[in-house]
Amino acid sequence: MVTFVLPRLVSFEGMGRRSASVTERNINTLRSTYWVVMVSGFLEPVLYLFSIGVGVGDLIGDIALPDGRLVGYAEFVAPAMLAASAMTGALSETTFNFFGKMKFMRLYEGILATPVRPIEIALGELAWAMVRGVLYSAAFLVIMVAMDLTSSARALAMLPAAVLIGFAFGALGMTISTLIRSWQEFDLIFSGQFALFLFSGTFVPATAYPDWLRWVIEATPLYRSVDLARALSLGPVGWTQALDVLYLLALLGLGLAVAGRRMTGMLCK
Amino acid sequence: MDSLIHARGLVKRFGDFTAVDGIDVDVRRGEAFGFLGPNGAGKSSTMRMIGCVSPPTDGVLRILGLDPRRDGPKIRAKLGVCPQLDNLDIELTVRENLSTYARFFGIPRKVARQRAAELLEFVQLTERGDSKVEPLSGGMKRRLTIARALVNEPEIVLLDEPTTGLDPQARHLVWERLFRLKQQGVTLVLTTHYMDEAEQLCDRLVVMDAGRIVAEGSPRALIEQYSTREVVELRFAAESQEPYAEKLAGLGERLEVLPDRILLYVTDGDAAVAEVQHRSLAPASVLVRRSSLEDVFLHLTGRTLVD
Repeated sequence: MVTFVLPRLVSFEGMGRRSASVTERNINTLRSTYWVVMVSGFLEPVLYLFSIGVGVGDLIGDIALPDGRLVGYAEFVAPAMLAASAMTGALSETTFNFFGKMKFMRLYEGILATPVRPIEIALGELAWAMVRGVLYSAAFLVIMVAMDLTSSARALAMLPAAVLIGFAFGALGMTISTLIRSWQEFDLIFSGQFALFLFSGTFVPATAYPDWLRWVIEATPLYRSVDLARALSLGPVGWTQALDVLYLLALLGLGLAVAGRRMTGMLCK
Repeated sequence: MDSLIHARGLVKRFGDFTAVDGIDVDVRRGEAFGFLGPNGAGKSSTMRMIGCVSPPTDGVLRILGLDPRRDGPKIRAKLGVCPQLDNLDIELTVRENLSTYARFFGIPRKVARQRAAELLEFVQLTERGDSKVEPLSGGMKRRLTIARALVNEPEIVLLDEPTTGLDPQARHLVWERLFRLKQQGVTLVLTTHYMDEAEQLCDRLVVMDAGRIVAEGSPRALIEQYSTREVVELRFAAESQEPYAEKLAGLGERLEVLPDRILLYVTDGDAAVAEVQHRSLAPASVLVRRSSLEDVFLHLTGRTLVD
């Protein structure tokens, strides 16, 4: 029993270190022009918040939450933008960039000649996507608090939620990258991502749609993310949010397992 | 255990295609061991199995006494790999390519920086240390890849076609560095389809063809066993060289007819040339040279190495 468990523990310890070395490689690339990509990732949700949350929000006025409370439209939209930006940040890193590194830069071939294993590359890249995601989310939360769209305490609770959302979408994006064959197919991903962005209860409560569509929407990962972020921002938090967390954790676990397995199949032939 | 790499009946299949068809190999500490063969002989597949990035389909493989199926990371920690196609990190500088790569082995940052500096010196790239990878020439990139393969002070360095695609000058520079590594006692395993490379660098080699090993030994021994001391190359100004083969019958130990020339395997080249003239055959060109591994390969497979 001991001999069976011990090597596993040892290799797990090495796993964390090796994954971190992959993240570190990405941090080293920052000195180049990568910050341009990062700035654009931060701007996107802010622009949406101002144009739609504030601009369109003026025309709409207040909006009713499921429990009947009325909140300003910007307050309603802001947590959804947080969730959506966590999704976008994670997906852009784990789809477009990840795919390029895997297929065209042949980066991972070089890394796999070292003790680092495919699943550790996946973990390292995901952690990197999260470093980015956390920076975006933190900046966005500061803006939300400054605009009085939520309280500081609630903003602090939303940060880990944003991290979880990012992790889950990052794992999903990685899985998609291992399934995709060409750059052209990315157009499909962007379309899917945009559909999620528009319909996941982001701008309009899901209850506004016909029943069948509402069920579909409520099953999507971004809806669960928006639901979690909005509950944390505006309250109340209940069992539904526990379900959201479980859903995102499951997506994370499943995505990582599939991505690691597919990477092994593709790169260790 | 003296054998750093030990393979018995090693097989690699991709679907219906058998890339490596049951090979036995033993590489000893400190030697330079070569896999010689044409493209598609199974050299790279063998190297990838040894590099623990490609699981063997069948057979026994032990590297440093460990099983790649179970101890991949542990083995890779002690290997240096220089792949056939450069896969350097184009988002990093030359120096960072080395120091960052060292981190994948868990080497502390300070040591990594220090080793990067030493290795840049070793491959004569110190002046290009802060440049990006892209503008480097092919030879420089290959030297950097070799330096990268040394960053973990490996027990075995695997080099897949280390000089393919390089111009002669760049090739010699690479050979010279590899020769120096060999002198330092590093075990080198390389694949090549250049016989001069194999002759220059390898203490011992196997000749591979269609996934199998067809001969094994030192370059000298292989030439002695499978070829003669000298070779006379005769080119006749005619559509076909075939008719001349008959007229050359009895000359030398063996004769090979190629599309553009006839090779005569003889002990004494000059005597053979005299005999050719004596038979009043008038070849357009005559060349007497020493036997090479190319001749060994031709004899073993009936084909030339580089097509």
